[in-house]
Amino acid sequence: MEKKLTTLLQMAKGQRGTVLQLKGGRGLVNRLNALGIIPGKKITKVSAMLMRGPVTVEVDRIQIAIGFGMARKIFVNPE
Amino acid sequence: MASILLMGNPNVGKSAVFSRLTGVKAFVSNYPGTTISYTRGQMRLGGDTAEVIDVPGTYTLEPTSKAEEIALEMLEGGDIVVNVVNATNLERNLYLTLQLLERGIPVVVALNIWDDTEHLGIDIDVDKLRQRLGVPIIPTVAVTGQGIKELVEAIPRAASPHLPTINSSQRWAKVGKIVEEVQRIHHRHHTWRERLADASVRPITGGIIAVLVLAAALVLVRFISEGLINYALDPLFNNFWAPVLLKLSPLMGGEGFLHNIVIGQLVGGEINFVESFGLLTSGLYVPFAMVLPYIISFYFVLGLMEDTGYLPRLAVLMDTVMHRLGLHGYAIIPTLLGLGCNVPAVLSTRILESKRERFITSTLISIAVPCAALQAMIIGLVGEQGIQYVIMVYGTLFLVWIILGFILNRTVRGFSPELLIEIPPYRLPPWRTLFQKLWMRTYGFLVEAIPIILGAVAVINILYYFGVSDAVANFTAPVITGMLGLPKEAVSVIAIGFLRKDVALGMLAPLALTSGQLVVGSVVLAMFFPCIATFVVFLRELGVLNMLKAAGIMLASALIVGGILNLIL
Repeated sequence: MEKKLTTLLQMAKGQRGTVLQLKGGRGLVNRLNALGIIPGKKITKVSAMLMRGPVTVEVDRIQIAIGFGMARKIFVNPE
Repeated sequence: MASILLMGNPNVGKSAVFSRLTGVKAFVSNYPGTTISYTRGQMRLGGDTAEVIDVPGTYTLEPTSKAEEIALEMLEGGDIVVNVVNATNLERNLYLTLQLLERGIPVVVALNIWDDTEHLGIDIDVDKLRQRLGVPIIPTVAVTGQGIKELVEAIPRAASPHLPTINSSQRWAKVGKIVEEVQRIHHRHHTWRERLADASVRPITGGIIAVLVLAAALVLVRFISEGLINYALDPLFNNFWAPVLLKLSPLMGGEGFLHNIVIGQLVGGEINFVESFGLLTSGLYVPFAMVLPYIISFYFVLGLMEDTGYLPRLAVLMDTVMHRLGLHGYAIIPTLLGLGCNVPAVLSTRILESKRERFITSTLISIAVPCAALQAMIIGLVGEQGIQYVIMVYGTLFLVWIILGFILNRTVRGFSPELLIEIPPYRLPPWRTLFQKLWMRTYGFLVEAIPIILGAVAVINILYYFGVSDAVANFTAPVITGMLGLPKEAVSVIAIGFLRKDVALGMLAPLALTSGQLVVGSVVLAMFFPCIATFVVFLRELGVLNMLKAAGIMLASALIVGGILNLIL
């Protein structure tokens, strides 16, 4: 079954989900991993700034701000 | 001598542990990247002395940034690692711990920020964690000193279980398993701090909070500095120091070479602390009664913002705007530091990822961000003419910052990486570290700036006395008078600005300028050249070529903006 993938950008504020996949180069994946954003982790979207601003998420009780372009590459399975 | 490395994720309190272990004061703040280069100190370990190194924060030993590369290099030379771990976030912190244990270097773990686990509803079974990792584990609260004694005792017992090397997904899985075994999380309600934290990064509430915070910061800076000036320093100078100097003046002959250097010119038979310009008059009044109060009040307020954890949130809010300048939001932190002093500001651009961002940020800081010393003089001297002129100076510099950033973004090659930062929780500032940091910065100003200020005042008087400045003034008159509309003597102001901008601006006082000329003079002085200290740091951090480029931009933009202002005013 082909299901349309959701990125961090499409999640609603306050929504929870699970990280599915990070679609980026090795460098980006490493940096996101280092901050604890790893496939399988629970992730909550806290807020998004206007005008393609950064998205703030919470993973393991830590908040992380992620630039718009990077947030687009993080695929999630929303609850 | 054994070498002990303090390693851990960014913003877990390594510098606070370092201060506790060594007694060496280190900057402690609540944002990732406070420590941009390493600090060394020493501690007693048994009967011996050991070297302790505060390593910049790192998430992983597979470096993803310059700071992490440095951390990895330093690891090669260490004997023991004290791995400082944020007890409220084992899920991420233990990844680095496992990497360290795989390398075979003896490790002790400090479970720092232990006090927060309780009210966050986190239960950690320390004994079980100790068994799982096979190294000593000590709960600590570095800002209060809790657990530090136990940590020191545990260092000789540092162990290495020589874990087999595994790949990163296996390692993350292992961390997950360990955390599941040793940690219990109790459900609890959101605290007001967390609600405030979430509100600070939402577009509308965040914007309102930012305006309130910055307005409160401005009011507080003014309130403290004006209070110090009006109720302490001015009375001290006017009532006690001036009479002493008035007695001294006739003893020194009332005029002549020595008198000019030590006391300067009497204005109407009186000491004028701003205009007299001798070593004992303006040479002391400018640093102590005009600049020092601003240094104290600015750094106190900056410290509050650093320690509560507000700065990374400001970075998130500013990110969209900063992208137009070729930067991302985190560049706001060096920029704010620049309002204190450009030297640490240029150094702190190390927290930015790319060379391009560092160049743009540093150039913008050295041109359009006036340091606290210069600001104190602008507010003191230009403010006398009316607040609208002060606003004109600040407004112009802000416009320059925006426009120049916009131009640099279009012309400097490369692209800007995106924001990716951890936002620490809000914390009440630990007063001890706040005041320690304030003292370190104030002390830094006293020992580094005051000798240069006195030197500059002496040089000015000697040059004036022998008429050197006149010769130079005539030579540069076409630019200074023609383009900028300033009296030709103002050239020595700009030259002295290379040494100290505060003294230089003070030199404008005796020239009897109009309000418009004062505005032009202040703006040009702020933009023209960074002081020599900033110049040296810029050169060291970004290289000769970038420094030359930046210098060209400074010259051009200062003359253009000064010329335009001259036409308008």
